[in-house]
Amino acid sequence: MTSPPNSGQDTRPGPEPAAITVQTVSLSFDELRVLEDVSLSVSPGEFVGFVGPNGAGKTTLLRAISGALEPTTGTIEIGGTDVHDVSSRESSRLVAAVPQDTSLSFSFPVRDVVEMGRHPHRSRFSPPTADDRLAVEDALERTRTAELADRPIDEISGGQRQRVVLARAVAQETPVLLLDEPTASLDINHQIETLELVRELVDDGRTVVAAIHDLDLAARYCDRLVMLAGGTLHADGSPSDVLTSETLAAAFHANATVTPNPITGTPTVTALPDRQATDVDAGSGRTDGGDGSTTPTVHVVGTGTTAAGVLARLDVDDLSVSIGPVPADGITAEAARNLGVESLEVDPFSPPPPAVRSRLEERVSAADVTVAADVVIGSDAGRRHVLETIEDADPLVVVHRRAADDRIVGDERSDAWRRRYETCRERGREATVESTLEAVRAALERRQESDGLDRRVDPDSEAGE
Amino acid sequence: MLSPTRTITWTVGLLVVLLGMMVVSAALGPVRIEPVTVVKAMLNALVIPTDVITQSATTVPVVGWQVPVPGLEYVPVFSFDVPDTHQTIVASIRLPRIVLAAIVGCALAAAGTVMQGFFRNPLADPSIIGVSSGAAAGAVAAIAFPALVPFGSLHLSAFVGALATAFLVYAIATDGGRTPVATLLLAGVAVQAFLGAMISYMLVHSGDDLRQAVIWMMGHLHNSTWGDVQFALPFTIVGVLILLSYARDLNVLLLGEEDAHHLGVDVERTKLLLLALSSLVTAAGVAVAGVIGFVGLVVPHIMRLIVGPDHRILLPTSALAGASFLVATDTIARAGPAEVPVGIVTAALGAPFFLFLLVRREVHAI
Repeated sequence: MTSPPNSGQDTRPGPEPAAITVQTVSLSFDELRVLEDVSLSVSPGEFVGFVGPNGAGKTTLLRAISGALEPTTGTIEIGGTDVHDVSSRESSRLVAAVPQDTSLSFSFPVRDVVEMGRHPHRSRFSPPTADDRLAVEDALERTRTAELADRPIDEISGGQRQRVVLARAVAQETPVLLLDEPTASLDINHQIETLELVRELVDDGRTVVAAIHDLDLAARYCDRLVMLAGGTLHADGSPSDVLTSETLAAAFHANATVTPNPITGTPTVTALPDRQATDVDAGSGRTDGGDGSTTPTVHVVGTGTTAAGVLARLDVDDLSVSIGPVPADGITAEAARNLGVESLEVDPFSPPPPAVRSRLEERVSAADVTVAADVVIGSDAGRRHVLETIEDADPLVVVHRRAADDRIVGDERSDAWRRRYETCRERGREATVESTLEAVRAALERRQESDGLDRRVDPDSEAGE
Repeated sequence: MLSPTRTITWTVGLLVVLLGMMVVSAALGPVRIEPVTVVKAMLNALVIPTDVITQSATTVPVVGWQVPVPGLEYVPVFSFDVPDTHQTIVASIRLPRIVLAAIVGCALAAAGTVMQGFFRNPLADPSIIGVSSGAAAGAVAAIAFPALVPFGSLHLSAFVGALATAFLVYAIATDGGRTPVATLLLAGVAVQAFLGAMISYMLVHSGDDLRQAVIWMMGHLHNSTWGDVQFALPFTIVGVLILLSYARDLNVLLLGEEDAHHLGVDVERTKLLLLALSSLVTAAGVAVAGVIGFVGLVVPHIMRLIVGPDHRILLPTSALAGASFLVATDTIARAGPAEVPVGIVTAALGAPFFLFLLVRREVHAI
């Protein structure tokens, strides 16, 4: 166990790490079953996040682990001790808990609130020992609350109060720390600050379990995620294993996509409106045009967040989507992999090989609709080829988020290509990322009506879609 | 962290105030006595036990056995030269009443502080779970229908009524080993209402005893004896001392029961103990002095404004301030042109002061 250097002060050695074992735990409030047959184990020094929709049982499971709620059946052990078998004094030396609601209505100074964390270690009659004082000062330092120490707890901000209550749990010096929604009522900077602090405690050897409703933050900070839904354990594993479109759909009944965060690289969940799910049913009746007809195909050209966003919106059952060319290490390729979309991946630093070029041409000519999502305009061989291919595509949906000026690369020769792009744009059906699916459906419908006839689409009449 | 020096300074300071208040109180009355003489007479009254003797025998009811009662032999410590009349007035008439006022005030203020912290409710007072109503019911029964009460003593009847009511309320509110505070509060209100009806019924049919019963219910320290002091003192001292040792647990309980559990407090056991002890000290005070309102409500609030919410300093200072407050109000009650029950004085002074604090918005939370 190593301690990070901490403002020149000697940090106290962390407590001995301990494991948590939850075995076939069920818990009912009267008639209501809140947890059903939940089993999981947390290794010493691990940071596990409980995620799941509201009412999934995250808080209940935390309260059961902390010893506050006794399970109807099953056992919960911390470091080999059944927390429901021992006195609250003994269990409070094993596990500390930070509640979701930290509002306090009395005006104790911050230091005294942190000192309450020493309660399980103190005897009834003796004054605080030097050890108690050190533990309190250390907890104040670690949580950056030392400068608040003499202020009354009811006169500091919510974010500061959250840290003070965390400091109280740190001063308790327990091997296991439980946090219920530690970031729920905080602004983003305090969310990150709090979780960075928790991460430090984990690195120091503490075992931490936190209920976190923000999936992105959970994925970013936790070693492992446990997804609960309806009182049962739904998924358990690394953030990228647990946060997938499938588990999110099953647990949250949400239409969500998972893409890597461009900055942290950890999974980022984007929930999309349910409207698209209903569109699937309405749309399939119209586009199929009868039994046995094939799924319409859509090919997306473009890179970056716009293309990734377009892919996510086209992730419906009745469309077969492909994308390319995209750089193999980019966000779009990653999004395509997560969504199970076929992509033409290329090496970002060399022009596309002939094989990719011919496949792109095949794809676009075979596609029922082609979508150009913020295509980059340039005069190099690869970009030229992409623009040439789009010129032939029909029908074409042009998704335009970044101004064309910002998408020009290369020398003045690119200007010619920009004019050619503008021509495509005028010919195509224009859409925003959000309205991509509607635009694609409209294009499919028009194509069926005109029965393959080439018809120009007046962009103005589609602007509202 | 709370500095022990601060607690000690406040405690010693308030102790000095209390002693000063007692001297001033003993000097005032129909016969004015010089404070110096009062101090001498008080010191003369100070005795220490030197020997255990069997001074009398008592007959156990029903079976009729003669049982010797062990007693203590006391020896005075000082013997200053004080006129006999003054010595008698101070030591036998005024002092028992003053000491009793101090004990009862200390008990009520300590219990009130504990109840306000325990219920996390600024309106809580020592009788919130019906202790005073129970005592009143027992006392009125003993006054109006002595035949109904097997043990003749008024004190004992009030004491038993108080504790029985507290136990009843606790038992009603407890379900499956848990006693939710809100249920306790509501059960207390309901039982108090019921006892109120019983008391009213007994008063209506009390005939010539009505006046005595009403005076008892208003709270009074009239005709207090050293016997009353002997009755109330042990319960109060032991109860308040144990409560003081739970000051830190009371602080932690302010965080809420679940947090308290996480911080190592055995919540249900601690609640039972705090409830039992504060009911006991309240019952002991109320049994000898009747229902004295507002001491247990107002004094803790005033002290909380002055020393803060930390029970490690709040509880001892409240107890001592309560003692001083009741000694002072009882002096007003008896030294005025016509003696009035002390409960009238505490409420008449306490209520406007409490309203003043409320209007100043200084009393808003625990």
